[in-house]
This record gives sequence, C-alpha cells and structure tokens, in this order.
Amino acid sequence: MSTLMTYAPAFPELLLAVAALLFLMLGAFNDDNDKTGAFVGWLAIAAMIAAGALIVLQPADTKSLFNGAFVVDQFARFMKLLILGGSAVAILLSFDYLTAKGLMKFEYPILILLSTIGMMMMVSASDLISLYMGLELQSLALYVLAAMHRENVRSSESGLKYFVLGGLSSGMLLYGASLVYGFTGSTEFSVIANIAQSGTAAGNIGLIVGLVFMLVGLAFKISAVPFHMWTPDVYQGAPTPVTAFFAAAPKMAAMGLMMRALGSAFPGLEAQWQQVIWFVSIASMLLGAFAAIGQNNIKRLMAYSSIGHVGFALVGLAAGTQEGAQGVLVYLAIYLAMTLGTFACILAMQRGQDMIEDIDQLAGLAQNNLPMAFVLAMLMFSLAGIPPLAGFWAKVYVFWPAVKAGLYPLAIIGVVASVIGAYYYLRIVKIMFFDEPKEKFAPISTNLAVVMGASLFFIFAFAIPQLGGPIVSAAEAAAKSLRL
Amino acid sequence: MIAAIFFYLFAILSVISAVMVISARNPVHAVLFLILTFFNAAGLFVLLSAEFLALLLIIVYVGAVAVLFLFVVMMLDVDFAELKAGFIKNAPVGALIGGVVLIELVALFIAHGFEIGASGAVQTAVPSTGSGLDNTTALGLVLYTKYVYFFQAAGLILLVAMIGAIVLTLRHKEGVKRQSIPAQVARNPKTAIEVIQVPSGGAILPTAEGKG
Repeated sequence: MSTLMTYAPAFPELLLAVAALLFLMLGAFNDDNDKTGAFVGWLAIAAMIAAGALIVLQPADTKSLFNGAFVVDQFARFMKLLILGGSAVAILLSFDYLTAKGLMKFEYPILILLSTIGMMMMVSASDLISLYMGLELQSLALYVLAAMHRENVRSSESGLKYFVLGGLSSGMLLYGASLVYGFTGSTEFSVIANIAQSGTAAGNIGLIVGLVFMLVGLAFKISAVPFHMWTPDVYQGAPTPVTAFFAAAPKMAAMGLMMRALGSAFPGLEAQWQQVIWFVSIASMLLGAFAAIGQNNIKRLMAYSSIGHVGFALVGLAAGTQEGAQGVLVYLAIYLAMTLGTFACILAMQRGQDMIEDIDQLAGLAQNNLPMAFVLAMLMFSLAGIPPLAGFWAKVYVFWPAVKAGLYPLAIIGVVASVIGAYYYLRIVKIMFFDEPKEKFAPISTNLAVVMGASLFFIFAFAIPQLGGPIVSAAEAAAKSLRL
Repeated sequence: MIAAIFFYLFAILSVISAVMVISARNPVHAVLFLILTFFNAAGLFVLLSAEFLALLLIIVYVGAVAVLFLFVVMMLDVDFAELKAGFIKNAPVGALIGGVVLIELVALFIAHGFEIGASGAVQTAVPSTGSGLDNTTALGLVLYTKYVYFFQAAGLILLVAMIGAIVLTLRHKEGVKRQSIPAQVARNPKTAIEVIQVPSGGAILPTAEGKG
C-alpha cells in the first residue's frame, strides 16, 4: 500500500490511463453505434472531472517521481486543471455535431482522453525523454482526430498536413534535444540546468544551438510565427469540435511545456532564449492581427486569432520574470474560456444539417437569435481586449510585466497589434447587429448553451475580485514554483 | 585506429546513402538506400559497443519498417515525377535556407569547437559498470525500473497508433458478404438443402434467395 502511495502525485494520469483502457474495452465489446460513443463520451468527461478532483486534493507541494522524470508542482497542477477543463468541455461540445455527422465513435473520446494524458505528461515533464514522450502521445492522437472525418477531403488533408508538419517539428525538437543531451551529458532538466547556470554555458554553443532547435519544435506546437503555416488549414479542415479541442487544451499544454523547459532546464540562458521568444512573440502578434482581416471562414479566422493570442501570451514569457510567468498563466486561463465559448457559438451556426462557417452568414443574427448574438459579441469584445471583459485583464497581466522588465517595444507593438486585431472582431459584431438578417439558424442544443453561458459568465465575472482573484493567486503560486 | 577507420567508413556511407534516399529517382531505390542508411547506423552502434541496439535497429527498422515502406511505395500510385517537379521548383529556396543554416552551424562549431559541458558527456553508449554486464542485461536492468515511466508512456503511444490506424481505415461497408460463424453453425440439412422436382424437359431458374 505504501509503495502505491508513493505514486500518489501521478494518480490523475494513472486514473485517466486506466479509464482510457477500460472505455476502450467497453466500446469494443458493445455495438459500434452513436449510443456507445456518446456513453463513452460522458464517461470520459466523468473521468476527467475525477482526475481534476484528485489534482485539487493534492497537497500544495513539489514532488518528483520516476527518478526525476515526472514532477508535480503548483505549476503542473494549474496547467493540468486548464488542460482537463479544455478537454472535458471539448468533448461536451462535440456530442451534437458528431452525432449529426455520424462520427460519434467511441474512439473519439478515448483519443481525446489519451491525448489529455500526453498533455498532462508534457506539463509535468522534467526530463527530455518525458518531454518528448508526452508530446508524441498528445500529437499522435491529435493527428488522428483531425483526419477523423474520412469522407471529407478537407479533413483528410488537414490530418495529413498536421501529421507531416508535426513530424517535421518533432524532428527539429529531437535534433535539438540530442544536441542538448550531447553537450550536457544528461537528459534530466536539473542536470542541464546546473550546466546552463555555470559560467561557461554562454560559450557552450552546442547547448545553445540545441536550445534554439528545441524552441523551433515547440513553436510549431503552439503555432507561433514563423512556424504557424499549418494552423489555418488544420483548423478549417478538421471537424469543428476537433478544432475547438485543438484551440484549447493542446495550446495550454504546449505553452506549459515551453515554460517548463525554459524555466527549469535553461535558467541562466535567459539572454539567449529571450531573443527568440521576443521575435516569435512580435511576429505572431502582427501576423495574427493582419492575416485575419481578409478571412471569411470563421474557423480560419479563429486560427489566425489563436496565432495572435499565442503572441500576446509570449509577451509575458519574454519578460522572463515570475510576474511574467504569472501573466502567461492568467492569459491562458482566460483565453481557454474565451475560445471554448466562441467555438460553442461556431458550433451553433447550423441550418438543418448544414454547418455554416461563412462569417457573412452571421448577418442579422441579433434579430434572429439575440442571446446568441449577444454572447458572441461579448466574446469578440473580450478577444479584442475591450475593458471590463476578461480579455482586457489578460492583456494587462502580460503587458505589465513586460513594461516592468523594460520591454517597451514589445508592449507597444502588442497594444498596436491588439488595436488592429480589434477590427476583425468588431466586424463580426457589426455583421451580426447591423446587417440585413439571413435565414435563421437551427435551435441551439443544451450542451452548447451551457458552455456559452459559462463562458459569458466567466468573461464578465473575471473583473470581480472575489471570482478572478483565486485564479490570479493560483497562477501566482504556480509561477512561483516554476523558478522562472 | 581500426575503430576510427570503420567509424569514418560507416559515417560517410550513412551520410551518402541518406542523401541518396532523397535524391534517388526511383522510389524503390530510395527505400533500399534507406535500408543501407540503417545498416550503417547499426554499424556505428556496434563501434560504440552497443551491439544490442545495433541488432534491434536491423530487426526493427530494416526488417519491419523498411519493408513496410517498400510495400507502401509499391502499392501506392504516387506520381513521383509530379512530386519531383514541385521539388525542383522550390529547390533553390530550400537549398538557400539549408545552406545558410549549414554555414551557421559549421561556423559556430569551428569557432567554438565541440566543447562538452561541465559534467562531461557520456563517452560510450553503455558506461562500463565494472561488473562485466553485457549491454542487453544493462538495458534490462534499467528499462523496467528506472525507465518504467518512459516504457509505459511508449506503450500508450503505440496504443494510440493502433486505435488511430483502426479508426482511420476500418469501415463496415454495406452489402459486403462476411463470414458469420453462428449462421454457419446453425445451418442444418433442412435449411441447407432444398429438394426440387425437376419436370422433364423443364429448367430450374435460380430462386430469389440465390441458393445453389
């Protein structure tokens, strides 16, 4: 029993892994139909909630398992809760769509579950091998999910594109990791950190080249410019609930992994990695702002929007301070709520059996369905960063540490980019409220309405200290444990 | 001395064959060059006295993966000429970027040398344990103990690969005749045999059930 309890910090992951295997059996030995799929979907949500409860119940300390390959600290717990929330809501969003398209297979929630385990391993990684293992477990499941809609050419294209480019980025990451291993002699973050902090580290070119290659691989995963090319195509081609999932949980995990790797494996090399983050951040913000303007497909627009938001979040990381890390975490939490709410609205854009993805088709939504138009408008305002909505506070939390750290150009470009970006968010609001109404959408299902309502509540309530405060202080505790 | 000669032999051959993998005109030749690359890499492992890994590389990669590639290449009707055309169109840009990165890397390593970090990297694939363990035993000792986490994670990754392959390829087509064992077992002479009186000079047309 006591041996078992030593693995207590890994219980959430173990629970999910066992659940995934059980559900797989359950699905395989039942009829292969929508009912089984939906049942397994609800079970997967229940398993994620249980795992979340286990994480909340864990004592707030730092534990390391498996010879330092797996670390559980406040940062990991914070990120894992975000990841579990994102995954569970993504499954919740998918029931109606998948059933309508005949895609509600039991493998769908199981793949999301396995991918979630990979993400949780990513944010707990403190060894190059566990970093890569988590990343691959996550990505491999995502490739399959993207291509899930086999009859749809775009879905297959998006799966293949994601797979090839994801494989390329994994190759870059592995090349970087092999250099880091070769020039430090260990895959453990703690040993790498010791060498990175020693005086000779700045002259250790192999280590720095390895670091840069690893950053390239990770930038692919968070779809930061200049490694963002896959994002719009994959977002557009994948089935919409899968896109909602892509925009939520994996982003959190990849950001978490990046922060974990930079914070605990490469302290002392800030000067080197900050340049990279600095450039990637500016490029992402600007591309996110400009490239989204011409988009007519709302999923493509959200892809560019997510690129821009990754840029904003990286501003906090570029500051390289604990406050900056806290800002990134707050930003991620708020972005998660906003993006899930927005995708709930996108999934509600449906006429009969047809999913609508054209932004023009939103015209006059305010006259047809005022509550939905209101929710979507508020989410757009929040994504644009208009006070007093949560999206505004998110930007404050990342820009302020950057200003404090003296990164004025970064903060100024960030503000300019968010003003430019506001144009396309506001355009959607304008189309919904001031254009001639088009045909009505189908009635909104309960699941989507619940997610929309929760998201709306969150973006308004964040400004209230009693509600936003716990998130901010949890992010602070998480940032403290990250040693950034 | 001999080790060094063999190192350069294997290293140069593996680089050349790797280049040939992407430049060979015939895709089957490309896969064969890939196999050659794996063989040379296995040779390098032997030089590092990691004979277990070397054999594993040959069995897994040469035996299974490369042959699988070969099948895929032969079965898929990919128009390689067209792919090549696209490649040649973009080749100058690719070559430029590749060249710049190569020059940067070479310049960096020439300027700074291959300094090993403070702790010093492991010089051989299997550090001598002093107790005369061969490296299969040494791997076995850590694989299920120290590295159990990675081992299990790899298991989950393979599970995802399996689920993915099934999800993306298995389809239950309507109208396909499948073997149904219960139906076969439940067959008895009464249901299987039909006695028909053939009128002399007449013919029997197949019934709607299509039994014959």
